[in-house]
Amino acid sequence: MVAQRFVEALRARDTAGAWHVSVFAEEPRKPYDRVGLTRYFEVRDADELTLGDPALWDDPLVTLHRDCKIESVDREARTVTDRLGRVHAYDELVLATGSSAAMPPIPGNDLPGVFVYRTIDDVAALRGWVEAKREAGRVETRRGVVEKPIRGAVIGGGLLGLEAAGALKALGAQATVIQFGTHLMDVQIDLGGGEALKRLINGKGISVRTGTATKEMRPHRRTGHVGRLDFADGGRLDVDVVVVATGVRPRDELARAAGLPVGERGGAVVDATCRTQDPHVWAIGEVACIDGRCIGLVAPGNTMAEVVVDRLLGGEATFPGADTATKLKLSGVDVASFGDAHGRTEDAVELVWADPLAGVYKKLVMSDDARTLLGGVFVGDATPYASLRPMLGAELPGDPAAFLLPEGGGAGAPALELPDDAAVCSCNNVSAGAIRGAVSEHGCTDVAAVKACTRAGTTCGACLPLVKKITTTELEKAGVEVSNALCEHFELSRAQLFDAVRVADLHTFSEIIERFGVVPDGAGSPGRGCDICKPTVASILASLGNGHILSGEQAALQDTNDHMLANMQKDGTYSVVPRMPGGEVTPEGLIVVGQVAKDFGLYTKITGGQRIDMFGARVEQLPQIWRRLVDAGFESGHAYGKSLRTVKSCVGSTWCRYGVQDSVGMAVELELRYRGLRSPHKLKLGVSGCARECAEARGKDVGVIATDKGWNVYVGGNGGQTPKHAQLLAEDLTSEELLRTIDRFLMLYIRTADRLQRTAPWVEEYEGGLDAIRAVIMEDSLGICADLDAAMARHVEAYEDEWKAVLEDPEKLARFGSFVNAPEVPDPDLAYVPERGQKRPATPDEVAAGIAEPALAGPVLVSGPTLEVRA
Amino acid sequence: MTTLAPNPAPAPTTWTAVCPLDALVPERGAAALLETPGGAPVQVALFRLLDDEVRAVQQLDPYSGANVMSRGIVGTRGGEPTVAGPVYKQVFALRDGRCLEAGGKTPVDGHGAHLATFPVEVRDGVVHVGLG
Ligand code: SRM
Ligand SMILES: Cc1cc2nc3c(=O)[nH]c(=O)nc-3n(C[C@H](O)[C@H](O)[C@H](O)COP(=O)(O)OP(=O)(O)OC[C@H]3O[C@@H](n4cnc5c(N)ncnc54)[C@H](O)[C@@H]3O)c2cc1C
Ligand code: SF4
Ligand code: FES
Repeated sequence: MVAQRFVEALRARDTAGAWHVSVFAEEPRKPYDRVGLTRYFEVRDADELTLGDPALWDDPLVTLHRDCKIESVDREARTVTDRLGRVHAYDELVLATGSSAAMPPIPGNDLPGVFVYRTIDDVAALRGWVEAKREAGRVETRRGVVEKPIRGAVIGGGLLGLEAAGALKALGAQATVIQFGTHLMDVQIDLGGGEALKRLINGKGISVRTGTATKEMRPHRRTGHVGRLDFADGGRLDVDVVVVATGVRPRDELARAAGLPVGERGGAVVDATCRTQDPHVWAIGEVACIDGRCIGLVAPGNTMAEVVVDRLLGGEATFPGADTATKLKLSGVDVASFGDAHGRTEDAVELVWADPLAGVYKKLVMSDDARTLLGGVFVGDATPYASLRPMLGAELPGDPAAFLLPEGGGAGAPALELPDDAAVCSCNNVSAGAIRGAVSEHGCTDVAAVKACTRAGTTCGACLPLVKKITTTELEKAGVEVSNALCEHFELSRAQLFDAVRVADLHTFSEIIERFGVVPDGAGSPGRGCDICKPTVASILASLGNGHILSGEQAALQDTNDHMLANMQKDGTYSVVPRMPGGEVTPEGLIVVGQVAKDFGLYTKITGGQRIDMFGARVEQLPQIWRRLVDAGFESGHAYGKSLRTVKSCVGSTWCRYGVQDSVGMAVELELRYRGLRSPHKLKLGVSGCARECAEARGKDVGVIATDKGWNVYVGGNGGQTPKHAQLLAEDLTSEELLRTIDRFLMLYIRTADRLQRTAPWVEEYEGGLDAIRAVIMEDSLGICADLDAAMARHVEAYEDEWKAVLEDPEKLARFGSFVNAPEVPDPDLAYVPERGQKRPATPDEVAAGIAEPALAGPVLVSGPTLEVRA
Repeated sequence: MTTLAPNPAPAPTTWTAVCPLDALVPERGAAALLETPGGAPVQVALFRLLDDEVRAVQQLDPYSGANVMSRGIVGTRGGEPTVAGPVYKQVFALRDGRCLEAGGKTPVDGHGAHLATFPVEVRDGVVHVGLG
């Protein structure tokens, strides 16, 4: 990991291009984010863990040799030799070989089924093992297939062990954590915190045994795989899989063999400049033994990388010492500690607030006068962590106890003004001052820009709340109003306006602007809205179920496309997209569509959303076209709406030999359920019948992938300019659970997203991210699920086809004339030329040259019945 | 097609009766196909505001070259009535046709940045547009 940072920093700072850097990696992939290893279970795609900008490796001054372990170093000749015996010369050598997982000398530690947790390969092997065990444990009984539970154990109750236990749970295995010490995470937190943590971990369905030494791992009689753990106290535990997470050993073998000094507990000894005894050999990251020890965290390693880069470029940087603050990433469990968490400083005072029932434990370690902050431990509620950690060594304003009380209890914590040099993002070494500078000097106006500019918050994300706070404060100081106002007519954000309209139960734009609008400078009244707030209000009203979108006053609010229930094209004509739920269409349906397109002379193509688009329909033709389509049983496809577009499907178990569920059936059900649902931006869903994922569901706002037990649901996928894969929200749901989960996800999005914010950025910006969203919809953490369910039920109940309703209402139909004084006359300026057997709008040059045909009132045959053949 | 200049025309030579006021939906536009005194076709976008004031501008959207202005969203900017171009969302003042927000776009070749406006009178419930 830190090698990646080294190269990145070198390329950023070595503007003269003085250095060429070759990176030799033992692993067969680009440097990836080991901290995010557990995410691999979720993303199942090693590339998603790749660190930094992949373009770094295309830089001509950078060469990455993958799968190319270095076997030896010749310091005299200044060369290294790789596993294929190739010799590479160097001017300077940087060791960034990290650590390997430690394997304690417990008999049986080499049995099949015993794993460590360090690399992507480890994690992939662990997953494969658990899946194979599950397969083997399936028994057919008369009452159906029964699965034996898979029993997992993790040896080691530190940060890594807990993460591994979480991973086992995520794989559907049971998990027991075996901890040798007196409590969990004993390096970082004290006994009280450890007790609270244990309760929280138990609450996740993970068992914990503390004070337990493992004596032996014994094979299963039949399989020879690991089958049982025997403990020193005589206890035993039957197991199918064991993960050992008892610590790491620096990979200092190259340094040792090259005769460089190594530390007492391993690691290449370096000075404060990260240089070993050999002036041309450096060591950074976990392999470096600095100040007498190796440090198993990313942030100090990254700092070392920057120090060496600085030195190579002639600078004077030295390693400032390590910040060993930690925060556990296990979803739903908040644990954090920093500084002198154990209160080992002489005369230190400890302030503790504990709520054993809720599993909350918070402690501050203060200097003897109870003013200077020396450290802290947070379990169950780590909210104060982000703002307190940077105050380490500083005096806290006011009563320190205020920081420990739950929010709303007591007077509340005083606002902290961090000193400029306070470290805010320790992963990327960004200070409060740097964040302020990004705003005041580099013109960043939001958190996204600050992240891009400083890299703060781009690794573990723990610092994001603080980054946001500092950014906002700084913007406000600079007089930039951090406004989430919709436009000059409304000061509220879309989410606020949504709630306001919902709670006040308003149904017209006039009432809404009267009640919640603002009077712009120099005007006497709030005015009549604009192209921003009107469609937003239209969408809010539609999401709340306000009748047909062209009824009454709300017709005037609709975006151009919604107003015509069709998509406007560049020449002012429209496209027509009938809904084909799940991409399924009968031959009869296809014939109707084809006949309509032919009769009206429409250009036809298959869309990227698995349905058919007919282009070039004039306003006055829309009702005639839709009359034909509606009569044949088609409905509006809402291609024009910020609403559900399509639910893409693959063929699924009904035809495909690999399918495990009926994906088309589910896609049709979902499309019929959510059709017409208006939302902050368009919504796309996808359903794949098995893990091969032919429907590309993970590129959708909601992606459903069949499993042998039910459905996995992924959310927040997006195509467009900033593509994002959807992330796993829940696994193995029944069809009923699936619908409920998607109902809630969509409704929560509709209520809280910003105007024109797709689900991907919404998930990212939602306070607490996907975990928080999961808590809201799976655990009802906000107590709003009943409300969300009811709202969706109302939508499903009230759905009607928008086009059918228009055809039945003369007043609405009257809008679809070309000219108010000549409703049937086509726009005389429309002009077309044939291309590949169909028509397309003529270019201005073609019009000028007189080779274009005008649009005709009736059907047209644009060219002969044969297609152009192109070489 | 000619390029239309932004300013209100001088006193019109001819008035054309277009449609009853009631045929226009408040705060939404409608296109009308008219003829100049010389017999050339002109497309006009009519807008009926909330207080029944009626405004007419060119139907041609200078930023897309399509005849679509009547299909834009009507609103206000600082109290001034406006219409937003339906294709690329420029905002125009309805009273003088001036482009208030170009959104970083330039008009297509041969067109000015602003909209031509036409005088409108509502007589006995019938909308008349002045041309010429
Ligand atoms: C017709 C179609 C292209 C085609 O011929 O295949 C299409 C056409 C347009 N897309 Fe699309 N998109 C079409 C599939 C897609 C897909 C593929 C898909 O759905 O699987 C994507 C990427 C997936 C996604 O949305 O995440 C896609 C991403 C976009 C985006 C980028 C959205 C984003 O989040 O960044 C836009 C721009 C926007 O919406 O702001 C866009 C906007 C548009 C607009 C509305 C542009 C415009 O304003 O004129 C086009 C309207 C055409 C029309 O009048 O019908 N279109 N567009 C496809 C219609 C699918 C359908 O059946 O409804
Ligand atoms: C699951 C997990 C969670 C973690 N969570 C956190 C966290 O939340 N916060 C935190 O600060 N830290 C965390 N860590 C620790 C963090 O990942 C490490 O501190 C960091 O990866 C160290 O970086 P490094 O570059 O020194 O070593 P590594 O990332 O291990 O990189 C060393 C690389 O060198 C390769 N290599 C070794 N020898 C050779 C050779 N002879 N030739 C060629 N290549 C060689 C190795 O294969 C490896 O790819 C976590 C670790 C794990 C496993
Ligand atoms: S990719 Fe661009 S050009 Fe193609 S349909 Fe989508 S929006 Fe239009
Ligand atoms: S502290 Fe990890 S990303 Fe900032």
